[in-house]
Formats: sequence, structure tokens, C-alpha cells
Amino acid sequence: MIEARGLARTFRARGRAVEAVRGVDLDVEAGELVGFLGPNGAGKTTTLRMLTTLIAPTSGRATVAGIDLASDPVGVRRRIGYVPQGGGGLPEARVGEEVELQGRLYGLSKADARRRGAALAERLDLAGLDQRPIKTLSGGQRRRLDIALGLVHDPGLVFLDEPTAALDPQSRANLWAHIRALRADHGTTVFLTTHYLDEADSLCDRVLVIDNGAIVAQGSPAALKAQVSGDLVAVGVAPSDLVKTTEIASRVAGADEVATGEHTVEFRVPRGDDALPELLRALDGAGIGTTSLRVQQPTLDDVFLTLTGRTLRDAEQPTAPEADRAA
Amino acid sequence: MPRETWLIFSRAMSLSLRNPAWIMIGLLQPVLYLVLFGPLLERMTESTPGFPPGTSWQILTPALIIQLALFGSSFVGFGLLAELRLGAFERMRVTPVSRTALLLGRVLRDAVQTVAQALLILVLAFLMFDLRASVGAVALTLLMVAMLSLALSSCSYALALRLKSEEAFPAILNTALLPILLLSGIVIPITQGLAPGWLYGISRWNPFTHVVDAERASFRGEFTTDALLTGSLVLFAMTALSVLWGVRTFSRESA
Repeated sequence: MIEARGLARTFRARGRAVEAVRGVDLDVEAGELVGFLGPNGAGKTTTLRMLTTLIAPTSGRATVAGIDLASDPVGVRRRIGYVPQGGGGLPEARVGEEVELQGRLYGLSKADARRRGAALAERLDLAGLDQRPIKTLSGGQRRRLDIALGLVHDPGLVFLDEPTAALDPQSRANLWAHIRALRADHGTTVFLTTHYLDEADSLCDRVLVIDNGAIVAQGSPAALKAQVSGDLVAVGVAPSDLVKTTEIASRVAGADEVATGEHTVEFRVPRGDDALPELLRALDGAGIGTTSLRVQQPTLDDVFLTLTGRTLRDAEQPTAPEADRAA
Repeated sequence: MPRETWLIFSRAMSLSLRNPAWIMIGLLQPVLYLVLFGPLLERMTESTPGFPPGTSWQILTPALIIQLALFGSSFVGFGLLAELRLGAFERMRVTPVSRTALLLGRVLRDAVQTVAQALLILVLAFLMFDLRASVGAVALTLLMVAMLSLALSSCSYALALRLKSEEAFPAILNTALLPILLLSGIVIPITQGLAPGWLYGISRWNPFTHVVDAERASFRGEFTTDALLTGSLVLFAMTALSVLWGVRTFSRESA
């Protein structure tokens, strides 16, 4: 569905070149639900805007929905849906007329656009809102309307830019269900950007991690997390048993990064749940009682930390070049 | 393309009609000039040497209509900046719709709106004041206002899209519009008899001066004068260049 090679975009700001995206290669198969994960300013939206014909790449090439991006952008536009971050409905406009207009801009007849709008309203829980001005919709309804606008011509590939940003938890869960249904019920290929770890984790088949304008890792959320050196096991013991516990922990098969705290001993193993029985037996044998026990599976944040040396939250702080650009 | 232009036009129009208050607010300024300034001009035209021929209403009304177009159409870019901020423009640019239609639909709406406002001003000037002009002059005025509005709103959209800033846009416009207004002789005609040589000279470089002169000539019934020909040519060139700039800016990939 998408094949990009060396896609790059440089912006000129006050005579200085800022490399927003530096040579992205990516492949998305038909029917995949792929997440593009990275901190704000990492180049997600710029990449998305290139793939959706809104800006031309400075270099590199891409085929989107079977069409070459550079030679036939209009052909690409016909075949893809795009749901921008800000939505796209005008506050004063009415729900029904916005969907109808969008359909007609894709070349549908008035009757077809209306029919399609009604079907989408049904599917996305927007039925009965036709005559409502967009400004009166709730956040979740607005987002679903934005998605309806992107699907009005029934594209095989749809791009969602930060689909659940600024939504309350309930609306997010609801929107996730709709995004899953897109692929499950209609076979639509979905490419979304997000800076939410849980969103990438629970929604996507495959995650591309982008940082500083380049893809630093890709794979299923499980495979990415497996790259981090295993689960974290933390055992709480009495302070007098710390030394002995550390010794025992070091002998657990596959144990790594053993660290002794004030009341706990922590270490990493590939499978924390498998390591526990062995650990407990060994501690029992040594007469050590545990006060607490915790196994923590790696999150995508650990993945990001391992890959880039900082957490996603730290990466959200403006980096030096961005701070310069703002000045 | 005509179909797409029509789609964009009718959407823009229906949104405008939903908020007719803005159309009325746009009319307020010319109406105030007409009522509170027009009567002053009546004596002045008669007693001041150097004023162009014609009654004060024949001098003021066409100028006010041009002022209406000037201020009404120059700020339409604000609407586009709002659409940009809301993602509404992006949403249209990602469809296969022609970029030219995205511009033309909008500027045609602006032209229709300006012509409707101009008509209201004319009706008011005919009914309340002593304006006399032929049907031909009125028709020509409306045509010229429509072209002027096409030109100015094209420029306004192009400028808005270039700047992409809701702060810089009005700052630049306000800076540009006042000298354009003063140098076009809209308020007081800039004639050789009234203005010092250098001021008259500068005013000749302002395309709007020629448009104002042309409209005044047509209100006086002088359809065969140089003023009308020059004004029409200037207006035609200005409209063509502006729409071209607008289309090019809308077609630019990163617009």
C-alpha cells in the first residue's frame, strides 16, 4: 500500500535549512494497521503530509496506494483518505452538508454523496446529527465526523494524524473501536501517527518509531518490547537479607542488570513470570522471606528509552534546533 | 473545473448567508460616509476650484463603492487563515479538487457579496440623496466593482496563504491600505487643480486612482473619455495579474 524510499524534507527557515525528515524508508502492506510513533516534532506529521501529497519531498520517492507520488499526486488523492490533526470541519457548517461537500469534491454526485454520508453516519454513530452545526458537537463526535470526512469516497488507505489527541479516555476507547472496525470490517489499510504509547501498543499491528526525522525501529509492539532486555523483577526483602538476595538473583537463569536498592533487589530477565518460581524456591531455601514481589513488562517507553537514550516524555521538550526555529 | 468552482462557491456563499451580520457591518462604513460626510461635500464641490466636474454625489458615490470593495475584499484572507487553522483548507487540498477551483469559488463569492453591497449603497444614494446616473453607468460600476473585488480577494487569499500568520496579515494590510486609499482620491479627488504637483504625480501611479476616475467619468455620463478607457485597462490588467498570482499560490505544493 505504501512504499517509501529515502523520503526527506528540508524546510528553509530564515536562511537556515532545517531537516524535518531525513530519509525515511517504510513499507505498509494492504490491510495493515500501522502506527507512526514519536514525540512531537519528530517528523511524523511532515512525513504524513508528504505521503498525502500536501507537501512535496525534498528528495526520495514513494508509491502510495499503487500510484507514484511525484508523477501523479491527483491519482494518489483519489485513492487515499486523510484525517488531519485539527479535524477539518468549519464550526458554522452543518454536519450533513460538510460530508456531502467532501463527497462531491471527490467527484460523487449529490445523491451518491448523501447516500454515502448517511451510511457513514450510521457506522460512526453520527446518525441524527445532520443538521447540527459542527461547533455544537462533542469532542468525540467531532473526531468521528473528521473520520467520516476522510472515508467519504471509500478509500482503501486512510491516514489519521493524531486521531485521539485531546480526547477524554472514554471517547478515545470508543474511537479505537471505530479504527479497529475500519480494518476488521472494511479491510481498510490504516496508517496513523500518535505520540501516545498506549495507543500504539493496543491499536497497531506494527509500530514505526521515529525520532529526529528518522525511523529508529519498527516491528509489532510485542517484538519491539522484546528488544528491550526483558521484564523487570523487583523483590522486596528485609535490609539484612539484601546481600544474599542479590547473590541469589544473579544466579537466576538469564538475569541481567542486577541492582540493589534500600529495600529491594531489581533485575531484568527475558520472561519474568517464568523466573519467579525458581527465584522464590532459591530464596525459600536460603530462609529469606519476601516482603513484596513485582514483575513489570517493558513498555514502548522503555523501547524508546533503549533506542534513543531518553523517554518519550523527555523527548517532548523542545530540542536545540527547534528552540532555535521558534526564536 | 466549473463544477468544482460552483461547489466551492455555493459552500462559501451559504456560510456567508448564514451570517448576514458581517455583510451589514461591511456596509456601515460607506453608509456613514454617505450620510455624515456626503452633505459636507455638496457646497465644497460648488465653491472649490479644482474639483472635477459633476455633482458631489457623482463624485462621492462611486468612490465609496470602490472603498467598499477595497476594504471588504482585502480582508477576506482572514477567513482562509481561520480555515487553515481549523484544518478545513487542508481537508479540501487532500481531495482531487482543482486548486484553481478552490480559489475561484471563493473569490466569486466575494465578488457577488461586494456587488450586492454596492447595489445597496447605490439604492441608498439614489433614494436619500441627489445622485443622478444612467443605467449604463450603474451597470458599468457594478461590473468594475466585481472585477476589483476579484482582484483584491485573489491577492488577499494569496497573501494570507504566503504569510500563514493571523498577526502579520492584518499588519501588512493596514499598512498598505491607508496610502492606497489616500492616494486614490477616494475621499477628496486628487486633481491637478487641488493637489501639489508631486502628490498628483504619485497618485497617477496608484492603479486605484484610475479606477476611481473611470467610475466618476461613467457616473457623469462620459463614456468616451480617456479616463474611462485608462481605468478599464488598468483594472483589467490588475484583475488578470491578481487572479494569476492567486492561482499560482494556491497551486504551490506547500501552500
